[in-house]
Amino acid sequence: MVATKETIDKIKEVSGTYKYGFVTDLEAEKAPLGLSEDIVKFISHKKKEPKWLLEWRLKAYKKWLSMEAPNWAMVDFPKINFQDIYYYSAPKAKPKLNSLDEVDPELLRTYEKLGIPIKEQEVLAGVAVDYVFDSVSVVTTFREQLAKEGIIFCPISEAVQTHPDLVKKYIGSVIPISDNYYAALNSAVFTDGSFVYIPKGVKCPMELSTYFRINEQNSGQFERTLIIAEDNTYVSYLEGCTAPQRDENQLHAAVVELVAMDNAEIKYSTVQNWYPGDKDGKGGIYNFVTKRGNCIGKKSKISWTQVETGSAITWKYPSCVLKGDESVGEFYSVAVANNAQQADTGTKMIHIGKNTKSTIISKGISAGKAQNTYRGQVQIQKKAKGSRNFTQCDSLLIGDKCGAHTVPYINQFTPYARVEHEATTSKISEDQLFYCLQRGLDTEQATSLIVNGFCKEVMKELPMEFAVEAQKLIGISLEGSVG
Amino acid sequence: MSLLEIKNAKLNLDDKNILKDLSFSVNRGEVHAIMGPNGSGKSTLSYMLAGRDGYELESGDIYLDGQSLSEMEADERARSGLFLAFQYPVELPGVGGMSFLREAVNSRRKFLGEDELDHLAFVKEARKVASKMSVKDDMLKRAVNVGFSGGEKKRFEILQMAMLKPKVSILDETDSGLDVDALKIVSDGVNAQRNDDNAIVVITHYQRLLDYIVPDFVHILSDGRIIKSGGPELALEVEKNGYAGLINAA
Ligand SMILES: Nc1ncnc2c1ncn2[C@@H]1O[C@H](COP(=O)(O)OP(=O)(O)OP(=O)(O)O)[C@@H](O)[C@H]1O
Ligand SMILES: [Mg+2]
Repeated sequence: MVATKETIDKIKEVSGTYKYGFVTDLEAEKAPLGLSEDIVKFISHKKKEPKWLLEWRLKAYKKWLSMEAPNWAMVDFPKINFQDIYYYSAPKAKPKLNSLDEVDPELLRTYEKLGIPIKEQEVLAGVAVDYVFDSVSVVTTFREQLAKEGIIFCPISEAVQTHPDLVKKYIGSVIPISDNYYAALNSAVFTDGSFVYIPKGVKCPMELSTYFRINEQNSGQFERTLIIAEDNTYVSYLEGCTAPQRDENQLHAAVVELVAMDNAEIKYSTVQNWYPGDKDGKGGIYNFVTKRGNCIGKKSKISWTQVETGSAITWKYPSCVLKGDESVGEFYSVAVANNAQQADTGTKMIHIGKNTKSTIISKGISAGKAQNTYRGQVQIQKKAKGSRNFTQCDSLLIGDKCGAHTVPYINQFTPYARVEHEATTSKISEDQLFYCLQRGLDTEQATSLIVNGFCKEVMKELPMEFAVEAQKLIGISLEGSVG
Repeated sequence: MSLLEIKNAKLNLDDKNILKDLSFSVNRGEVHAIMGPNGSGKSTLSYMLAGRDGYELESGDIYLDGQSLSEMEADERARSGLFLAFQYPVELPGVGGMSFLREAVNSRRKFLGEDELDHLAFVKEARKVASKMSVKDDMLKRAVNVGFSGGEKKRFEILQMAMLKPKVSILDETDSGLDVDALKIVSDGVNAQRNDDNAIVVITHYQRLLDYIVPDFVHILSDGRIIKSGGPELALEVEKNGYAGLINAA
């Protein structure tokens, strides 16, 4: 299925409201429609995978068949037909690239439209970008510089070939194939994603970054990312996403696993602005992601920061398992839901080790008819003496047809721990709006200013350039919601 | 031509008639004071002028520099040069004072066809004005009006006025909540902005402010009407005898 000229024109015509709504005309090589054991084998074969991985995938597939799709989240959508999805597609002219000049110009143009001029990024930002275009990574930059430090940053499909022992040891170690329905599905059919390994004592000298992009019609995206930080390390990883506009809902079920050893710190930041669907909820991405980090080591730290503005449905709970004594888990989140968007997001903090600490700051913004749910679990296990959690959930409502819900679960199995939970719900008041208007700001500006003020505690956790982009996105996604 | 002209303004709130056939005009270079008992409609008048939602005129019209404001939204009026110092300035949690000021100033500059100020030039200018108003730099870093004392809020309002250089400023009880020293600082700040091209309307309960900001005209507002206008001596009369005599005479 190649996007025809006509399709492209059509998309251009209707995509006025979604800036990134366009389709790249690349011939894709696809697996046949639908999911079966043969498709799993096809993917594994395409990627020339070792036998152990194929077996792992098949096990996951069998597990998935025996599972039911979860229905506990506060989201509502038609049943997904898993036989109506393509599970593998690759840009046809998949080159072995030595430099950017060899990249398909069509692809480069796509990135330019997304506002990611690769060359400029390389030079200016000092960001090593591992682009994922549909399912296959096309360009990896700065790898040599990282390699000097012993850092491995490459597509996971490549790591399977070059560092099979590491992949075999850690894949599924944080999120087992049986963890949940979508994680099982991902394990069976994941196509690509990023792999990061930081060897002992190394502080990664640059932010590592991946831009994901969903392109092919009906091609589900099943990325798999694995980050391993050995003792005494630091790494900051950025994930940013945009998707072209499509009428049919597209499923995105990624899995991200983080492992932090003694004194290791992983900072994982996400800005997600996939197509949310139109005003009536037609189209848009289903974003069902499993993200979890294991703080295995003593004094290790994992910090999730997310700004979620896109997708029709978001179902996502980046979590931390705090095994190591004195380990730290953090979750900073801004979730924006406008029009018919539905977001059910939050985190899980599982305190296992002694004196472990977690902080949860969640800011939910609802506008239009949107529903925004914070769902969080804090579990303090018996041995986690001296542990602490602080949770703050703030909701901001714009208009009176939207909803905000806070669902905290607290399970504390030792009295020697402290768990605090604060929650607020507020509205943008007419007074605030008038005050801003009286100073000459228009309604959109005023809203975006007030909303960004509301999110400030989370925004300041994002790397600078990312924060600026995120602020703009929040403004864009709330356009037309006030006044 | 008057800089601000209010012609037979009539306004209802929740079907209650608050402003009743109110007229007056303000020329360039003038300062007018409006005094009147609590609930007489002073803040309502200022909201009406500023174009707050729900404060649309029932009949009559208002003109800023010859242009009718009735059909203009609050933000357009502000960009056109109308400024209101609020009786109760509003808190904006998380919104830094400096960035708020910058957005406001740039909106006005854009409207005037001027280039937006670059970051550094802006910060320099803001600091300069702030120090004149005895506003500490760190207050500009804090969220707008959040945790500000009553006096600090009022000073921040006048600081904004100084940055925006409006044609017409309406100061709604800017003197309330100010200590003696702050009253002097704020008044000096306002006086420094008086010139032949702009005009200021001060709403106040106290003659004391008018010792510092000396008005050309004083209007007494009662029950939605101007019942008497005069020079600065009218304020002294109110100070001495209260409103009762004036209201009964009207
Ligand atoms: N929404 C409303 N519906 C009905 N009446 C209102 C409404 N808002 C204000 N009012 C009334 O309008 C009148 C004028 O109020 P306004 O705030 O303008 O008075 P003011 O002169 O500024 O008083 P003060 O000196 O106390 O500040 C008051 O009687 C007030 O109760
Ligand atoms: Mg008042």
